[in-house]
Amino acid sequence: MNITVLYFASLADKSHKGSEPLTLETGTSLNELYNSLQTRYQFRQQPAELRVAINDEFASWDEAIKEGDTIAFIPPVAGG
Amino acid sequence: MDSQTDLDTANQPHQQASSISHSVEEAYQIAQTQGFALLDEAIDEQRLKDFLQDEQCGALATFEGWVRNHNNDSKVTRLTYYGYEKLAINQGKLIIEEAKRLFDIENAVAIHRIGALEIGDMAVWIGVSSKHRYPAFDACRWILDTIKADIPVWKQEYYQDEPSKWLSNNG
Repeated sequence: MNITVLYFASLADKSHKGSEPLTLETGTSLNELYNSLQTRYQFRQQPAELRVAINDEFASWDEAIKEGDTIAFIPPVAGG
Repeated sequence: MDSQTDLDTANQPHQQASSISHSVEEAYQIAQTQGFALLDEAIDEQRLKDFLQDEQCGALATFEGWVRNHNNDSKVTRLTYYGYEKLAINQGKLIIEEAKRLFDIENAVAIHRIGALEIGDMAVWIGVSSKHRYPAFDACRWILDTIKADIPVWKQEYYQDEPSKWLSNNG
């Protein structure tokens, strides 16, 4: 599956990227995706500290990843 | 603990998140039709108040969030807000729609600013119009609390004598 991952805040700091295209095996879960990125970039956050968004809407961690999806892991927000 | 220089040279990853993809005019249109938008320049609150003006309404409640010069004991010199624009607009639309369901209000609009801000700059503006005053106050507060909980905006604060920090609303 070809997807795009977006990085923000401390995740963008650690990965040195705002986004990147990735190719995943079909059936890769959001947890598996985050785990591999966490290992690659040494993200400090555990999944429990993050929200996840798929195609510009908040999603639950158990949603399936599909071809063409844009995925973002959302660190704790600080607006307002 | 990254140094200031490291963060400055690594600014590329944050470039898209510190400015909006829409024009300023489009951003105001989005805010007025859907309820919420991000802006990367000073918010024109008079424009938003004029938009909410309504002869049927007896009340307008507004909130302005200002950049403060301190955070606990640390002296803040400036800060930068970053946003995931598309998610923020989508989520903001849901928040304003929910506010209209929960409270007896006529209209509501909010804009959050992103990019580099100075002390005293306005980071967020919320306005709510209603026939009577209590729903306006209540909705305004609820919208602010929900923006703080759900809108994907991040704040990096810079200090006089310490390295900069990413903040979060839940400490």
